Amino acid sequence: MLIYSQPLELTKLLAAIDNFLQGNLTPGWTVLVKGILVGILILAAYTLIALSLIYIERKVAAFFQARLGPNRLGKYGVIQSLADMIKILIKEVIQINKADKLLFYAAPFFVIVASVLAFGALPFGMNLHALDFNIGVFYLLAVSSLGIIGILLAGWSSNNKYSMIGAMRSGAQFISYELSAGFSLMTIVVLSGSMQFSEIIEGQRYCWNLFNGHLPAMIAFLIYLISGHAETNRGPFDLPEAESELTAGYHTEYSGLQFGFFYLSEYLNMFIVAAVAATVFLGGWMPVQIKGWEAFNQVMWYIPSWAWFFGKAGLLMFFSLWVRWSFPRLRIDLLLNLEWKYLLPINLANLLVMVVIVLSGFTLTDLFPALFGK
Amino acid sequence: MTEQIIFYLLAIVVTVFSILAVTSKRIVRSATYLLFVLLATAGLYMLLGYYFLFAVQVSVYAGGIMVLFIMAIFLTHKPGNNVSIKQGWRVRLSLLLSVAGLLLCGEIILNNTIGIVRFAGKEEPTMQQIGTAMLGTGKQQYLLSFEMMSILLLACIVGAILIARKTKTEKNEPNETEL
Repeated sequence: MLIYSQPLELTKLLAAIDNFLQGNLTPGWTVLVKGILVGILILAAYTLIALSLIYIERKVAAFFQARLGPNRLGKYGVIQSLADMIKILIKEVIQINKADKLLFYAAPFFVIVASVLAFGALPFGMNLHALDFNIGVFYLLAVSSLGIIGILLAGWSSNNKYSMIGAMRSGAQFISYELSAGFSLMTIVVLSGSMQFSEIIEGQRYCWNLFNGHLPAMIAFLIYLISGHAETNRGPFDLPEAESELTAGYHTEYSGLQFGFFYLSEYLNMFIVAAVAATVFLGGWMPVQIKGWEAFNQVMWYIPSWAWFFGKAGLLMFFSLWVRWSFPRLRIDLLLNLEWKYLLPINLANLLVMVVIVLSGFTLTDLFPALFGK
Repeated sequence: MTEQIIFYLLAIVVTVFSILAVTSKRIVRSATYLLFVLLATAGLYMLLGYYFLFAVQVSVYAGGIMVLFIMAIFLTHKPGNNVSIKQGWRVRLSLLLSVAGLLLCGEIILNNTIGIVRFAGKEEPTMQQIGTAMLGTGKQQYLLSFEMMSILLLACIVGAILIARKTKTEKNEPNETEL
């Protein structure tokens, strides 16, 4: 395999930092310092992505509703969300009488820890991967299911009926749609034969999983987008915080930074869903390459892998915003019908179809090894 | 060294929160403390380098069963009230039973340490190995038939609910406020 020139990759920089640390510290301290550095980087990326997503969401929403959106702070209002962040940081955290104080304070941490844990396992680019377990996909599904406990506890400990109803709705919705999200990812695990993100990406070098598994992969992609969207409590599925019925759902009683935690994790969960979809279905950070077209591949590799990753994830996030601002809210019984009577049976059948296709060799890489094979 | 520190931290979390889970007077808090115990157990699996069991522990116990626990607690009558423990002999009996259980388990573990070391020292199995072990039909691979039986049980439960359910009448039933 040809080695392409990759001028903008961060691999060399990372290797230089690694060498510098190993040259100056004992092995134990090197691991510790590296762990702290990676932690700081992940938290910083978390905040930056959330802030920019909030700005983008407001601008896109404004565009869909034919208005301007934030436009006073900075050029085109770009530092609006920074100002909002400072405001939320200095706001008072209001104490609630007759609320279960301990659980009330603990709840936002559950939500944010779950999304940080999932965020840490994402492959952002070549060698930009904090955790690469051999069960990567399963790990991601497992830790992201912790967030719902925070939402349930927040709703209950607020001692408020609206919060409680919001939390119950959210719990029912999350448990239902988690099944679909899990099954659609399993469909792709069957196709790529691995749960490790790095192997899944490597397997998509010449052909994305979306096309490699053709019909069942596309169905799985659609189902994953729908159920991922529902899991983040957004768009037409935002019943838990339906403001016309429940004021603000489970986070009605929260203020200041605690509310900020819920808000941040909502945006980050949207990013995580888009990033997982991009990694598993659209090749992740792997640039678009065509077998045999070496010059074309070289040009594609000039674009750094992290730019590919954020580009693909950004495209999917734009779809998510598009859906959110285009469809009216579903009713709760319709929402659960959609999952249990339509998505889940389709998904189970789809998984079987995928198994048959993989076993009988009808994937694109098996049919046309000269074009798409490894 | 580092592993030992992490192990003791996790062990302290498991012990403290186990005790808090049974002594807390609010049932939702008990559930939350139990969640911490389950998560720390998952941490122990991760310390052993067995990531598959870690993910299973987190997704099944922490993410699945605890959510159902908390939802079920919400459906009970006044879940926020403090529970008063009146019968002293019950507390003493359960304390005695749990100490006896601890001694029994400790005895078994102490006398079989070699076996545990042998299992823990193995390399982490690949996904393929786990998959064949779970869905295989060879020697000692009973999981598939076990799961089939659980599906049968689920069908029985659904059927029982369907038979036991009251049939809807055409008349409007009086709601709770009228009763």
